[in-house]
Amino acid sequence: MNCDVCKKKSASVFLTQIVDGKMQKVNLCETCSKEKGVTDPTGFALADLLLGLGASQEMEKGSTTSRCPSCGFSQADFKKTGRFGCAACYDAFAEGLENMLKGMHKGLEHKGKVPPRLLKAKLRDEELKKLQRDLRKAVADEKYEVAAELRDRLKHLEAEGQTAI
Amino acid sequence: MPIHSILSTAGEWLRGDGPQSHIVISSRVRLARNLNGFPFPGHAKKNERVSVLECIKPAVESLPEMAEAHSVFSQDLSALEKQVLVERHLISRDHAAKGMGSAVVMNKRQTLSIMINEEDHLRMQAIRSGLQLKNAFKLIDKVDSELGDKLDFAFHNQYGYLTACPTNVGTGMRASAMMHLPALVLSEQVNQVIQAVNKVGLAVRGLYGEGTEAMGNLFQISNQTTLGEKEEDIIARLNKVIEQIILHENNARQSLQQKKPITLLDNVGRAFGILRYAHSMASKEALNLLSYLKLGVDLGFFPETCQLPIDELFIETQPAHLQKSTSQKLQADERDALRASLIRARLEKMPAPTPKQNEGPAMAE
Repeated sequence: MNCDVCKKKSASVFLTQIVDGKMQKVNLCETCSKEKGVTDPTGFALADLLLGLGASQEMEKGSTTSRCPSCGFSQADFKKTGRFGCAACYDAFAEGLENMLKGMHKGLEHKGKVPPRLLKAKLRDEELKKLQRDLRKAVADEKYEVAAELRDRLKHLEAEGQTAI
Repeated sequence: MPIHSILSTAGEWLRGDGPQSHIVISSRVRLARNLNGFPFPGHAKKNERVSVLECIKPAVESLPEMAEAHSVFSQDLSALEKQVLVERHLISRDHAAKGMGSAVVMNKRQTLSIMINEEDHLRMQAIRSGLQLKNAFKLIDKVDSELGDKLDFAFHNQYGYLTACPTNVGTGMRASAMMHLPALVLSEQVNQVIQAVNKVGLAVRGLYGEGTEAMGNLFQISNQTTLGEKEEDIIARLNKVIEQIILHENNARQSLQQKKPITLLDNVGRAFGILRYAHSMASKEALNLLSYLKLGVDLGFFPETCQLPIDELFIETQPAHLQKSTSQKLQADERDALRASLIRARLEKMPAPTPKQNEGPAMAE
């Protein structure tokens, strides 16, 4: 039987844990078991290992802030529960997050629904970026008449955004 | 609307009149949402959870879809009532464990249920009979948009809807179908199917979701990933796989009928015999035997009129449903005796299985 983490060496550490009343098993080789801290049973969360193959390890490696400024949630809390404390945690622990999400999902960018109230803002944002690009191009091409028109539209859109907020 | 009127009538998804309902029992789509500025329920203090509840509950109750709804605080439900709701898939097992600071709102038809302060501030689900994932999504998507106008949902430009567990982030959507696959189990093909489904990034679970056993040959197929794909694409992918599984189950049924007609009739007949004459029956055994009767109806061994009573028994023999009509909590052996007598009574008028009932004239009552 091969190690569940490296999938190369043969497993010599067989671990069973009851998480939320549900039995979970993991087989590890000597090296990986040390890396994952299996020798210290209190510091090891099997759930993490199963969830994102060392999700909390990734979090520790990547993140520089140790607590979420908004809710006070810590990496240790995440390690214990596999859950975040609040919406702001996603930014507070941003660095390690990508590696973890990579193992869980099909991509790293949301492609689905946007809340209708944010949709307008998002569309305006995209329009702004496009106008800025066009403006730079117009200036570079020395098309100053076009550039002036683009500049006015940009100003208008920015002013609109301010009142909307 | 009083809770007992919800508890005493079965939801419409149980009627089994949706498309492909001989194999797909029900389709569910749930969305997870959270409010900006409040910690997620698992990390929130009691007063914070109560504030969230006070903010969300009136918004949910004012939805046009919830015009005739039942809305109840978790602490006002008894353990038995919660268990009945779990057995109907209207609340999760996790939500049933909640007390003060949580609530559930359900519509009269029991097609919509919205849990407040489960793992996320909002867990809303639509449930439909048969294979209707798109319809279920349409229903819950509308509710989500209406609520999104009133509530400030936590949304991230890159990661989409933010959830307590990173496995739900993005769409926050879990779409699932409950499938009855007796022929795949009988012909020992079901493990192959499960492996194939897992390979394409979908999950297969037992009757009550994560970590539960497959009883009564019932399996839940759902999406595993929530980030990086549009809702409609996830559902289309899931639909395709479910249609494939239906095809395999139908093929397995046909080949059993052709190659092992006696074994098949014997399985159904034995199930019928035990259910008709047993005096003590555990819920797992009941589900497994009822599954054969349901298969028997699908194959025409019983008249079609037998379908509804059998489908009803699937849910009415569950522990909490069984006890809701009795005033005190029953011991396990008392429950098993009550379950057996309920089944005997319901099956009393049912004729014994014979091959191809449905090709002859309908049985007189």
